[in-house]
Amino acid sequence: MRQPLTLRILSALDTRSWLAIGVFLALALVLVPVLHLAVAEDSAFHLSTYFITLIGKIMCYALVAVAMDLIWGYGGILSLGHGLFFALGGYAFGMYLMRQIGRDGSYGADLPDFMVFLDWKEIPWFWSGSDSFGWVALLVVIVPALVAFVFGYFAFRSRIKGVYFSIITQALTYAAMLLFFRNETGFGGNNGFTDFKRVLGYSITSPETRLVLFGLTAVLLAVTLVFAAWLVKSKFGRVLTAIRDAESRVMFIGYNPLWYKLTIWVISAVICGIAGALYVPQVGIINPSEMSPANSIEIAIWVAVGGRGTLIGPIIGAFVVNLAKSWFTVSFPEYWLFFLGLLFIVVTLMLPQGLVGLWKKLMTQKQGGAA
Amino acid sequence: MTKLLTILLLYACTLPAHAVLDAGQIRQLAADDSTEKVAAIRLLTQTADPDAVRVLKAMAADSLFLAGDQAVIIDGDQAFDAASGVAVKMPGAPESITVNNRIRGELAGALAALKLFDAEREVRLASARELQSKVSPEMAPLLAKALEKESDPEITALLTLAHAQASLGHADPAVRLAAVKALAETTSPAIKSVLLPLTDKASEADDKVRYEAIAAIKAIDGRLALAENLGRVFSGLSLGSILLLGALGLAITYGVMGIINMAHGELLMVGAYSAYAMQSVFRAWLPDYIDWYLPAAIPVAFFAAALVGVVMERTVIRWLYGRTLETLLATWGLSLVLIQSARMLFGAQNVEVANPSWMSGGIELMPNLILPWNRIIIVGFALFVLLLVWLLMNKTRLGMFVRAVTQNRAMAGCVGVPTARIDTMAFALGAGIAGLGGVALSQISNVGPDMGQGYIVDSFMVVVVGGVGQLAGAVWAALGLGIFSKLLEGWAGAVIAKISILVAIIIFIQKRPQGIFALKGRFVDN
Repeated sequence: MRQPLTLRILSALDTRSWLAIGVFLALALVLVPVLHLAVAEDSAFHLSTYFITLIGKIMCYALVAVAMDLIWGYGGILSLGHGLFFALGGYAFGMYLMRQIGRDGSYGADLPDFMVFLDWKEIPWFWSGSDSFGWVALLVVIVPALVAFVFGYFAFRSRIKGVYFSIITQALTYAAMLLFFRNETGFGGNNGFTDFKRVLGYSITSPETRLVLFGLTAVLLAVTLVFAAWLVKSKFGRVLTAIRDAESRVMFIGYNPLWYKLTIWVISAVICGIAGALYVPQVGIINPSEMSPANSIEIAIWVAVGGRGTLIGPIIGAFVVNLAKSWFTVSFPEYWLFFLGLLFIVVTLMLPQGLVGLWKKLMTQKQGGAA
Repeated sequence: MTKLLTILLLYACTLPAHAVLDAGQIRQLAADDSTEKVAAIRLLTQTADPDAVRVLKAMAADSLFLAGDQAVIIDGDQAFDAASGVAVKMPGAPESITVNNRIRGELAGALAALKLFDAEREVRLASARELQSKVSPEMAPLLAKALEKESDPEITALLTLAHAQASLGHADPAVRLAAVKALAETTSPAIKSVLLPLTDKASEADDKVRYEAIAAIKAIDGRLALAENLGRVFSGLSLGSILLLGALGLAITYGVMGIINMAHGELLMVGAYSAYAMQSVFRAWLPDYIDWYLPAAIPVAFFAAALVGVVMERTVIRWLYGRTLETLLATWGLSLVLIQSARMLFGAQNVEVANPSWMSGGIELMPNLILPWNRIIIVGFALFVLLLVWLLMNKTRLGMFVRAVTQNRAMAGCVGVPTARIDTMAFALGAGIAGLGGVALSQISNVGPDMGQGYIVDSFMVVVVGGVGQLAGAVWAALGLGIFSKLLEGWAGAVIAKISILVAIIIFIQKRPQGIFALKGRFVDN
């Protein structure tokens, strides 16, 4: 029985979830701009640029968390290298932003500042076309997808899984970090890309541009969530979950897990790449530390805190952890690592299903009590 | 007293040999012009006569005088004829001989060269060594003479080199050719630079000599490269030992117990800070025995890290056995807590841990191949720790219990093994071994709160490549990775080498997902 695609997508989420997404989009696309632009700066209801940037940044992280949930929560594959795909997307879009600076850099040259600094005479070949938005937008998707495909193909083909897979993904992102730290790599060394001025000709610091980027991220997050929900509900998603739970049995039935895992792995990487591309113009910098193993493993904690295999959970987790981070690092900078560390421990020990699991448990207890 | 001795010595020298030196030559030492003096000194040196030593020494000590046309050595109230050494009447108004800095330098070189004829082997050896760097063409005959007399092979070898260097400026192309050939046998960057001018047509007219010099430089380059490669293998070996020390603890906690201990790097850090703490304790209370802080730190580090391990196991890891991915996340949390604790206890900056004096210096195998003592000691220490682990795991009751529990927990429990306590002990053992590794690391790299993070990826690579639960695998993997990466570093640079290693490991795991030493058997689901 084939359903029209629209219907299938609509049935991916229940009414309540659609309502929630609607409220979220209304907040992000209407209320936030109004409170930011229309309300006077001294008013208590004014939303500062800091706040917009913070939420925009966290929404990018939430995208990564959803991507991580697809591969970890539904595929059973814990990647400790998702920071790599995020950074690759960021760097790809960063190239465009660097070229948009034009002659406004501190050296006033055609080349990006760091190339002038390193005494390069012309744009390296892999930068060609980076002044075209269309080409770079393509790179944002293609580069993470290609890296993920090549790595994933070899890894899944030889049935590397579990901890082995986690550790070699960590090694992969670590290797990439070392590579990007080098000046010769052509991506600005340890300073990465920064000092952006314009995007598509608009000033990158103007409130309007910021709001557009913010809104774009919000829409993309909603779309990704719906897409992911549809994906995991589809036949593909169900086979994937079956592979997660008993790979050998799925194989014996006649499925080849390789292509299922590879597909979800590449999709996950692409979402990360897009999140990275949206992150860079909002935060204004991309550097190799985004690929540090610590960053990638932190993504796992967002998912674990929210509850993996729930899609909405990782988004909640990303928000909870990152809001806590921005509060802690300002108020108690020396206790942030203690908090994050304890979060890792407590969530794994006490909340294996994360916050969403806790909520569900509380609800069933309540219902049980009422009955 | 010294004066008396000198006199006696001078006397002893004069007794057997009488008036061998040419008086006219000696007279030249008092020439007005410095250049003439230098020529006279060189001429006198070439005689290789023990009496020449006496005269030159006197000149260097400002006790050589001119009395009319006769050179005399005046010592206190006695005077001797410089040429013959015979006591003479004290001259009325001796004329002093000016010795400026240039002459002093020349005298020092001449005396060093003349030491080649000393009776003591050690003196001759030291002199031959000293001459390697300051040989002048005029010394050639002297060196030839010394070579004739010399019977010791080591000194002969050095003299041959010095002689060849001195002969490079000889007028006869045949002599130069022989010299170049002799120098081709050496392994020293210094000799290479001596030969380099001879490859130029402007400074070397003879084709044969020039070609020979080019060939000789090639030969020296070849040997230099060999030494360099041997040096790389050694540094690879020492890197391998460091990797092994980092990974041995993991081989127990991960390999045997199945726990992904992401806090392993921080256990290394605990060991390194223990070394720092012991250093501070010794500085404060036992400054005379400061060199011994390192041996004292070894047990301290072991027990400190083991204690941290016990706490970790009892509070967190205990609840996660069998849930590998969860141990990964929880221990990562533990590592963050440990990092922050170290920051608060010792500060965010790196601390300075000094090498004890007995670890400085090294063994010189070739002119450009020096094995530093601290690296050698770390290799030895790694072997010691390896032996310790092997003994503990294979020869003790604890080791037997650990193996029993990991192989069949239920059965081990049934026959009375206290499984929970064994888990704690095994984890503490792995942590303690990491602490030992930390002591070694404190000697070669920075000690700071973040140091553990740098080793965690490497340590896991070793365990993964070696194969889970395989001590031998960890050893081979550590040494292989160490040597391979140092050889790669030689021509590709450190970062590219590291990246290629990681990529190579990823490919390697494709081929052998279970590591070098795979456990044999069939698995459906693991």
